[in-house]
Amino acid sequence: MKQTVKDGKARKMPVLKRVLSYMLKNYKFSFFVVILCIVGSALASVSGVLFAQELIDDYITPLASSASPDFSALASAILRVALIYVFGILCAYGYNRIMVNISQGTMRRLRLDLFQHMESLPIRYFDTHAHGDIMSVYTNDVDTLRQLISQSIPQWINSSVTILTTFISMLVLDIPLTILTAAMIGVMALVSLKIAKKSSLYFVWQQNDLGEVNGYIEEMMAGQKVVKVFCHEEKNIEQFRKENERLRQSAEKAHTYANISMPVNANIGNISYVLCAVVGAIFALRGYFGLTLGALVSFMTLNKNGTQPVSQISQQMNSIVMAMAGAQRIFDLLDEEPEINNGYVTLVNAEDKDGMLTETDHRTGLWAWKHPHQADGSVTYTRLCGDIVFDDVDFGYDEGKIVLHNIKLYATPGQKIAFVGSTGAGKTTITNLINRFYDIADGKIRYDGININKIKKEDLRRSLGMVLQDTHLFTGTVMENIRYGRLDATDEECIAAAKLANADDFIRRLPDGYGTVLTGDGANLSQGQRQLLAIARAAVADPPVLILDEATSSIDTHTEALVQEGMDRLMKGRTTFVIAHRLSTVKNADCIMVLEHGRIIERGTHDQLLAQQGKYYSLYTGNAIGA
Amino acid sequence: MIKTLLQQVKQYKRASILTPTFTALEVLMEVLIPFVTASIIDKGIEAGDMRQVYLYGGIMLGMAFFSLLFGYLAGRCAARASCGFAANLRQSIFEKVQTFSFSNIDKYSTAGLVTRMTTDVTNIQNAYQMCLRIAVRAPLMLLCSMFMCFFISVKLSTIFLIAMVILGVALFLIMNRTTKIFREVFHRYDDLNAEVQENVTAIRVVKAFVRETHENEKFGKAVQTLYSLFVKAESKLALNNPIMMFVVYGCILALSWFGAKLIVAGDLTTGNLTSLFSYVMGVLMSLMMLSMIFVMLTMSVASAERICEVLNETPDMPTADKPLTEIRDGSIDFDHVDFSYRHGSGEKVLQDINLHIHSGETIGIIGATGSGKSSLVSLISRLYDVDRGSVRVGGVDVMKYDIEALRNQVAVVLQKNELFSGTILDNLRWGKEDATEEECKAACRAAAADEFIDRFPDGYQTHIEQGGTNVSGGQKQRLCIARALLKHPKILILDDSTSAVDTATDAKIRKAFAEQIPETTKLIVSQRVSGVRDSDRILVLDGGKISGFASHEELLQTNTIYREIYEAQTQGGGDFDQPSDGGKKENV
Repeated sequence: MKQTVKDGKARKMPVLKRVLSYMLKNYKFSFFVVILCIVGSALASVSGVLFAQELIDDYITPLASSASPDFSALASAILRVALIYVFGILCAYGYNRIMVNISQGTMRRLRLDLFQHMESLPIRYFDTHAHGDIMSVYTNDVDTLRQLISQSIPQWINSSVTILTTFISMLVLDIPLTILTAAMIGVMALVSLKIAKKSSLYFVWQQNDLGEVNGYIEEMMAGQKVVKVFCHEEKNIEQFRKENERLRQSAEKAHTYANISMPVNANIGNISYVLCAVVGAIFALRGYFGLTLGALVSFMTLNKNGTQPVSQISQQMNSIVMAMAGAQRIFDLLDEEPEINNGYVTLVNAEDKDGMLTETDHRTGLWAWKHPHQADGSVTYTRLCGDIVFDDVDFGYDEGKIVLHNIKLYATPGQKIAFVGSTGAGKTTITNLINRFYDIADGKIRYDGININKIKKEDLRRSLGMVLQDTHLFTGTVMENIRYGRLDATDEECIAAAKLANADDFIRRLPDGYGTVLTGDGANLSQGQRQLLAIARAAVADPPVLILDEATSSIDTHTEALVQEGMDRLMKGRTTFVIAHRLSTVKNADCIMVLEHGRIIERGTHDQLLAQQGKYYSLYTGNAIGA
Repeated sequence: MIKTLLQQVKQYKRASILTPTFTALEVLMEVLIPFVTASIIDKGIEAGDMRQVYLYGGIMLGMAFFSLLFGYLAGRCAARASCGFAANLRQSIFEKVQTFSFSNIDKYSTAGLVTRMTTDVTNIQNAYQMCLRIAVRAPLMLLCSMFMCFFISVKLSTIFLIAMVILGVALFLIMNRTTKIFREVFHRYDDLNAEVQENVTAIRVVKAFVRETHENEKFGKAVQTLYSLFVKAESKLALNNPIMMFVVYGCILALSWFGAKLIVAGDLTTGNLTSLFSYVMGVLMSLMMLSMIFVMLTMSVASAERICEVLNETPDMPTADKPLTEIRDGSIDFDHVDFSYRHGSGEKVLQDINLHIHSGETIGIIGATGSGKSSLVSLISRLYDVDRGSVRVGGVDVMKYDIEALRNQVAVVLQKNELFSGTILDNLRWGKEDATEEECKAACRAAAADEFIDRFPDGYQTHIEQGGTNVSGGQKQRLCIARALLKHPKILILDDSTSAVDTATDAKIRKAFAEQIPETTKLIVSQRVSGVRDSDRILVLDGGKISGFASHEELLQTNTIYREIYEAQTQGGGDFDQPSDGGKKENV
């Protein structure tokens, strides 16, 4: 995890600077070439403009007055300019083409960084952030940033270089006129800035209103059936009309300001042109400052060219303001702290030689915890058995709000521990502590005698198999989904796992058997079939410890029996923690933990608990009244 | 499609017409200005006549002022027209969805509808504004500039014609190629986002199996593909600018050469030449803009199609000619009812249902998933229409009632229910708009919701978050029941509405019903035998048919399905604890 140590300075940097430095990181040289090319192309275009002066002063005027005009000098001059133009065009192609690589390359890196960083975030992040918001970072925010990088930034550089070269050329042609033009450009910049400020203010309003309208739409579309049942359509339409109208107004204002900036700038440019023409004409006619007619004509073109980039820059203002907000959200995600993973005990393949465990690099079916001791540098190997102990564990999702209190339990290898209790009692939470989806607040959890905080998270989780209540499947074939449990499993191993999970039958009946492509979280499968696949997926991983969250969702009787059988086979010989909903599972458990409000209130076997006539008894008899 | 969309312009027609008008005037000014510039140079500067310089300078200032005015007005109208159009579109889609029947709603996903009203509408708004402003500007600019060029010099204008053809062909070739690639790009883009989505929702699986690296590699490959495609498309687009420059520079050089000859020959003035120089840009920029519009429009076609799909959807729930608004009592009759979700074609969910329920009876409904429990009760308040046969409420076919009146008297608590953002009282008043706080409290007492509401620090003023995320599943269900009770309906239908409520509270609610609303016909769909066993009669459904309809004791004697469910739930094999939030459980 490279991102674990984050440069503290990077976070405080202004967003724009951070975007730039992010972009430049891998493309310093390319970007340097881009700037050179932009300068080259701008110079070519300016020298083209300056040629207009030469054309009139040095060629046309003398030619027009000569009796036998000789065009060969003009021809060679045009050829010379043509060469400069070719150079300019090549430069233009150069920077356009390189910019594609820079912007797309930066996007590629950004997407990957975002994704990799997201994968490293703790579960807590996903609990506290709406999935829609996370998605919108990848779609909307990355998109606005792409526009910023591929369009706005080169546009800015181009415009700035053009302004600079034009300005220098102007100085060469005539200083007083340049000052006049510069003053006009100043006015223009000032007006543009004012408009841009106003418009970005309204754009922010628009975004806020848009957010509210989106929220309202989302809520109402999701609850549309309830709306119908309560005949609330009219009231909704009225409410929506209000929200929608507010959005319309702020959008109209924002767009008005954005729209008028172009004509305003263009016409300030026109005014500047007239002023230059009048003043220039006076100079040229009176012969002040040695201004020639050709020079004036060139100057006029420069004047026009000089005002264009200013309005272009101001046009980009809005997209920059919007992109910055997006960039901020992107960096927020990138700045999230990844899961703490400072465990040093690793899981290795082991061989048993005369009672001594030794490390090997091939799969032996025997696993050991490799425990390096910092004190004396020695390494000990502990056999992976699946012995789990909770020692007085407290836990809370939010600091200070403890949801699990004083949890004590132990499971010896091969034992089956069942958790029962009502919703919110803390069953799922306990299992989420074993694989360190969440870290405990107090107490200790030991795995084969090792504090799980010392175990590397990857290795800890690899030793634990999980079948979650919500089976999530991935886009890909059935075979790939089963192989998710162990990436190097052969087809035969996957099929064997499917058979163990009772999934083989239905898979073979799918149109393409194991090659059937699943999409949209396995939407083309029934709930029961998805569960069978999840069991097969856990089976192929073949872990010593299992965490099962029995699904309560609807399955037909036949599949239910299949699932049950698959689960039972999977549990055989493994330490199993099961969040139980089925009586048969509970009855077979070595120990049943009855949870209520985050505490274990009863524990024992089925028969022991029935004899106690407590909570378990009342749950079992289905008569919770009075309990 | 375009017609459907344009109908939504409505009150913004004026602005929509004014925008191109003002734009046209603005373009006219812009085209004339270089002409005046030429006059400043020719008649003023070259002739050494300061008066002419002032005159044309003044004219130009005036034109600049008008150009500014028209530009400003065009910008304002464009904003007004496009934002108004977008607002109308959103409103129409929203209103359209409000007229949808349940079967219409089933066709669309929530996310799909939201995207239509947000992203798609924004796309159309941008395209519309683009069309209003530039679609007029570009061709007009092109025409006027061409006209002015011809006016100045017919001979030199042929240069423009050649340049235009070259640029046009080049742009067409590039655009043609790139739009194809871009289509592929968007496709891949969707796949990429789907992958992110998958990882966000299944993060627990990814982490449990330690597949972060695996996912990173998979994603890396997808990103790489997208990168290659993007680069392929954009490197072609990168030719646009140089080609444009090539043509412009070519024009300038050709103009310089031939222009010089013409000036020497006395057929052209220096001022005219400089005007021509500025028209070069005008002509070629317009071509560029046209190609841009082309791309924009092709991109927004998909959005337009999706919006029209909703706007053209016909609500498939016919209303009665002379609707009845009075419902006599809470009796319910089903006569040979067949029902399927896709009328005519789909699998029959209910078959030949005959059922007679007296007003005030309490009826339990039980059966396996897919046996048709929810479908059956949804026919009573006409959430769906039957395929065959008839459903009568209070002795009258439900088709003859005013839908609003019917639904006010037949309250349904849906299986997948929603609370809305607002206070608890706001939510309760969905049932009865003018309900007093006392009435609301009474309803909550009956639904056993008072106990937890009273424990909230803000009581009935507690704010419910969007989607009711700050209350538990059981609390949400009880609030939904209270909300339905406030309607004081003649028939109350609970569609597995207490699945997340513990059995004791469940029993308390049923007891309250029996005591407080004895006249109301109550239909309770449940997965639990304990939830229906004390009903007057229990309806057992199996595969869309009635398997039994009698009291608990009778059914135990006569109905094997019922007996099996009962035994499974009381003797073993079934589950006994409460299911998780929102999760429905199945015990058969």
